[in-house]
This record gives sequence, structure tokens and C-alpha cells, in this order.
Amino acid sequence: MSEINEASVRKEVRAWLEENWDPNRGLVEWRNMLADSGWGMPHWPKEWYGRDLPVGLTPVVEEEFRRMEAVGVAKAGIRMLAAATILAHGTDMHKQKFLRRILTGEDTWCQLFSEPGSGSDMAGATTRAEFRGNRWIVNGQKVWTTSAHHAQWGLLLARTDWDVPKHKGLSYFILDMNQPGVTVQPLKQMNGHASFNQVFFTDAEVEPEFIVTEPGNGWAVATTTLMHERRGADSLRTWAMGYDKPGRIYEEERAEIATVMEPYKWYPQRAGRVDLVLPRAKETGKIHDPIVRQEIAKLLTLAKSAEWTARRARAAQLSGKPQGPEGSLGKLASSHVARAAARVHSMISGADAMLTGADSPMNGVIAEILVSTPATSIAGGTDEIQRNIISERVLGMPKEPRTDTDRPFREVPKNTVT
Amino acid sequence: MQFAFTDEQREFRDVLRRFLQNKSPPGEVRRLMETDQGWDREEWRKLNQDLGLTGVRVPEAYGGQGFGMVELGIVMEEMGRALLCAPYFSSAVLAATAIAEAGTEEQKRALLPSIAAGDTIATLAFTEDNGRWDTVGIEMTATPEGDGFRLDGTKSFVVDGHTADLIVVAARRQGSSGDDGLSFFTVAGDTEGLSRRRLETMDPTRKLARLEFRGVKASLLGSEGAAAAPLARTLDIAAVALAHEMAGGAERLREDALDYVNMRVQFGRTIASFQVTKHKAADMLLDVELAKSAAYYAAEACDENAPDFPAVASLAKAQASDVYMQTAIHAVQMHGGIGFTWDNDTHLWFKRARSSEAFLGDPAYHRELMMQRWDTGEERASA
Repeated sequence: MSEINEASVRKEVRAWLEENWDPNRGLVEWRNMLADSGWGMPHWPKEWYGRDLPVGLTPVVEEEFRRMEAVGVAKAGIRMLAAATILAHGTDMHKQKFLRRILTGEDTWCQLFSEPGSGSDMAGATTRAEFRGNRWIVNGQKVWTTSAHHAQWGLLLARTDWDVPKHKGLSYFILDMNQPGVTVQPLKQMNGHASFNQVFFTDAEVEPEFIVTEPGNGWAVATTTLMHERRGADSLRTWAMGYDKPGRIYEEERAEIATVMEPYKWYPQRAGRVDLVLPRAKETGKIHDPIVRQEIAKLLTLAKSAEWTARRARAAQLSGKPQGPEGSLGKLASSHVARAAARVHSMISGADAMLTGADSPMNGVIAEILVSTPATSIAGGTDEIQRNIISERVLGMPKEPRTDTDRPFREVPKNTVT
Repeated sequence: MQFAFTDEQREFRDVLRRFLQNKSPPGEVRRLMETDQGWDREEWRKLNQDLGLTGVRVPEAYGGQGFGMVELGIVMEEMGRALLCAPYFSSAVLAATAIAEAGTEEQKRALLPSIAAGDTIATLAFTEDNGRWDTVGIEMTATPEGDGFRLDGTKSFVVDGHTADLIVVAARRQGSSGDDGLSFFTVAGDTEGLSRRRLETMDPTRKLARLEFRGVKASLLGSEGAAAAPLARTLDIAAVALAHEMAGGAERLREDALDYVNMRVQFGRTIASFQVTKHKAADMLLDVELAKSAAYYAAEACDENAPDFPAVASLAKAQASDVYMQTAIHAVQMHGGIGFTWDNDTHLWFKRARSSEAFLGDPAYHRELMMQRWDTGEERASA
């Protein structure tokens, strides 16, 4: 067998694409070919739609796809978290049943972890699954569920044992979203968008073979999902660019991207839109106000310093040097940037900051900044949780003593009694 | 932009940190800060013999080591961390830069080697009683006399001004204003007509002096009436150097406060186990890292002659000033009562933070400067 290296991989994928790529195929047909050939997820195992390629060589494959403007497998949304979790912990039946349709994009997935009563404290979930007769019966409520309204499958964290400590009584299920016991309702946010859902379970059913690993092991499996979520937090959204080209497959991909990206359309605004600050200050004349100038300068200083801190972290990562504390600070820094940006936008807009929609600056974009930035310091781990992580993992400070981890979960104070 | 230090730079920092830990423990800082001079000539000589630090950014042609702003930044950061009492900022940063920026080839050959070797202590006198850090504040007059000039007026807030052997002075042609008519001059510290008085400084580790010039004979440095540009560039470089020094000091305060809360027990547990303390410590880490990032970026921008350098020099100074002060306030608070005592070392850095906030222009001044420079920098960068 010849040695696998960059040149050999490039040659092989290029030959395969030249032979097979055709923009007039259907999206699902093409992606099935990618699954069969392993070129869709080349670092996955050979027996499961991959080619066992070292992860370091996947950029070569991606480059060749881009060169040909060839469409890849479906990657956006929660589906890749599902795939990673199933690859790590699923049975052969799970892999057989789910992985191909994840790659083709035929199935979308959602993550049923957060609950109204357990946000930062995810292991405090009180949605219950009980084994009755020959199946699991689920009752409870989940929240902040992106894509639940069009998902076929959900990754469910539910409590199966109330008499053991909280982390030990959870189980991880794959739940069919298309059943009478599952009700999905949009969750309207303070900025007026409804990017997420609430999901209610009333005697929803899960077949016994759709538990992932075994009862009581749910927290460990969920940790795998969350690890992939953190690792891919940026790529989940940024990959979905699409090609602005004619052809059946491109059209189908664009439609898919539009659906997947819809919930994220206000995300640039939630980050504060620092890029709009100077143009807006010039447009309004506030650039001449010495107090506004000071606030703009503070914001630019913060935003630039945060950007340079991220660049330091990336440079350290690339060089393989031990990463300094700069790598753990990005999330907290971006909260500060978003808050400061909203404040400055408000100063610049003056009375116009009271308006929204068509009557307001930039057809509502500025108003959307002002009411979206609070999400930045909450979503994906609140600032408070980030500070705990930084102080404990980076600074080595002791954990707060806990009263909930070494007694039966039944006895732990909670928000709702179920 | 690299956004990372090379292995050589890391090694340089490690050597320096060990050296300064040894040479400038808090006991030594306390000894020197009580003296009138504020530093020790013998220790200064050793510093330069062992590591050649004063010449770090002086070109090799003038007896220096020929390194860039990044290396000078490392030196400043480590000195800020150790709170070294030495005429480094005055001589190696302010005076050496002004001479390198403004001097003729002949003057650089004559003046820089002895500064780089640490034999001559030099400083830069440009601020006056009005406390302004821009050219508008310069009122001292230079009058042609014989084959030289005569200086009349007052300089104040001059770092190590009472001990320097050589003083670089900014003065103006009679009747000129703003950037016009400004020239640099050199004056020996013991010249007739120059009277020097050490000011009572809140931060005893950085000595300032007020200098009165009455008909002091001075030699022109560089071209007559052309000092505005080299002065501005010198001050930008000094701002970046100071930003590094402040970032180093802030990091030291942060680490010392963290050690203290990990040790201090109240209510039956270390106070480090309380979230309120942990969150403050996390905020301090973020602040200090942001200040370091800005200082490091500005140093690279200087070495690469990036068009945004003047803007980011002010950005780095403003950022580091705010962070150093806030970190110092948190550090005292985290120590509680003992943090307010003279015996605890926190106040030594706290006072350096206070004086550095004002030195070379306060954060509001630099933010305004940054705003004036930002667009021009962006335009130049995209041109």
C-alpha cells in the first residue's frame, strides 16, 4: 500500500471529483455518493462513510472541493453533534440508521438538553424517562431548542433514576420528534425573533434500542456532545456559505442553508456591530461630540484588544506551544464588547434609539443591536459560568462547595417538583 | 504580525525575569525608593554589564544591540513586573529614542554609545509646569547665542531629571507656537544656570524633577525648528514602552493578589473559594491579557512601520493605564485591611499605577489622540 500524504490525497480526491462531480445531480443523490465513497467525511472510519484519513489532511480534501465548487455533505446545525455522539457512543444499528441520512441532509436534528428549570446547571434536568412495558415514556419540557420545529430526531437528556446523585441518574436517548407525545412551540425572544423552541413531552415514547449506551450514563454521553459543540461553535454557522451559481444542486443547497441559517440572522447584531460605530458616528455628526469620542475610543480599544487576544491564542495553538490563559477568555471578552457597543450605538443614535423597525436607523438594524446584545452574555454559558471556568481551570482556584452532588437527586432543592 | 514571541524572545524574557527577581526584590525597591537619587549606580552598572539592557533598541552602529520594539517591550514588561528602580525609562527609552530620531549622524555617534553602555544617564525634558504632554505646552525659549543656543524657562515632571548626566530638552524659537519652531537641545546636567530640584512624588519608585533654565548654554540636536516629528515619534514609542511596563506591573499585582486569596482563610474556607473572589480574579485576568495584547500589537506595529502605529500606540497606553489602575484597586481590595498597610507591598505597584496613569498623558488624552489618528491610519493601511 502506498503512503498517504498530502500529494496522494489531493491526487485521489481530484480524480474522483473530476470523474463524479456534476452540478445537475440532485443534492441527496450526490451526497449518497459522498457517503459511499467516504469523501464527504474523509476522517471518519472506513466502515462508516469515511476513509480513515488523518484529520490533518482533511483541509486538502476541502480545498479540492472548493476548487471544483463541489457541494459537500450536510454539516450545518446540530446534525454533526449527533453524528459525533453516535460515532463515539452509538451502536451499529444507530450508525446504520442515522449517519447516512445525517450526511445527505435528509434528517435534521435538535438537542434536547436545556430546561426551564436547569440552564447553567444542565445536570439538574427533571424531564423524566420511565421504562414502562417495553419502552421508555418521556414527560417534561425542554427549551432553547434550535431547529426543533423541523427536526426528525432529538438528542434527549432525561432523568431515569431519582435516587442517585444528579449526574448519575441521567440517560441519553435518541427521540423521534414526529410523534403525538411531542409538541413544539416557538419561543419568542425579547428582540422579537423566535429562533428557538420549547418542546413539551407528554408520554412521548422511545424504543428501548434508542438509548445511547446504558441508563445512568447520560451525563458522560452529553459531555461528548457538548465538547463537539464548543469545538465547533464557530464552524456550525460560518461554513454555510453556499455557491452563488446556477445548477440544480446549488439551488437545493441554498434552500437548505436558508432554512438552517434562519435562526441566526440576528447574530451579527447580538455581537454589537462594532463595524457600524464609526460610520454611524460620522453620519449623525456625533463623531464631533467629545464624550461620544471617548466612548467610541473605549469600545474600539476593547474590541481590538479582544481581537488581538484571540489572534495570540490562535498563534499559540498553531505553533503547538502550550496555550496561555488567552485561549479561555474570548467568550467573556465578546460579552464586554457587545455590551459596550450597544451603549455606544445608543449614544450615537440619541432620540432615534427609542425607535424600531422602519422608523429607526438602518431600517431596524440599530434597534436590533440594542435589544439583542444581552444574549451574548447568556447563550453558550453565561458570563458567570465563564468566570467560574476561568478561575477554576486557568487560575486553579477552588470550586465553590456544593450541596447537590452527593445526595439523591430527589432530595436536592429544585425549581419545579415533578 | 506574528501574535507570538519567538523562542529566543521567550528565553530572553526568562533570563530577564530571573535576573530581576534576584536584583529587584521588594526589599531592594523599598531601599532605593527612600533615597534621593532613587537608584544605585553600582547596580545599574551591573545591569548593563550583565545584560546590556540599556542598548537593547539602540542600533548596533551606535553601540547598541539593535533589537526592536518587541524586545524593548519585553524589557519594560519585566521591569514593570519587578518595579525596578533604575534610570531605564529616562535614559534607554526617552533620551535614546529622541537622540536616535532627531540627531545627526555625527551626534548619534557621539551620544548614543555611552548611553547604550549605561555610562551616561540621560533623560528627556519636554513637559513644563502646565503639565501638558503635547507640543502646545512647550514654552521654553531657545535663543541663538554665539555658535550655540541659550535656553530660558522651566521644565517639570522630568524623569530622573535631578540625577541625569545629559538632558535632551525641547524648546522653541521665540514667537513660535504649536509644532512650529520646536528644536531639541542637549545640556549637561551640571551646566551653569541650570538648577534642578527633585519633586515630592506620590510614586517614590519613579523620581521626577523640576528644572529651571536661566541662560543655559545648549547644543542643538538635529535641525533647528524640526523637532515636532521626532518628538511625536519618541512619545509614541515611549507610550508603547510604558504600556508594556504597566502590563507587567498589572500582571504582578494580579498574581500576588491571587496567591493571597488562595492562602487567606475566613469563614472556615479560603476566600479564593468564594465566587465573588473568583469572578474578580477572572475579570482581572481578562483585563491584564487585553492590556498585554494591545501592548504586544503596538510593539509589532512599531517594528513593522505599520500605518496604524500612532493610533495603536495611544490605544495601548490608554488600555494599559486603565487596566493597571483597576487591577491595583482590585489587588488592594482582595488583600483587605492588610492591603492598605505600608508593610504590604501592594501599594508600591498601586502608586506606580497611579503615576503611570498620568505620565505621558492620561487615558482620556490618549483616547482622543487615538480617535484623531484612527481614520488616517485606516486610510493609510488600505491605500
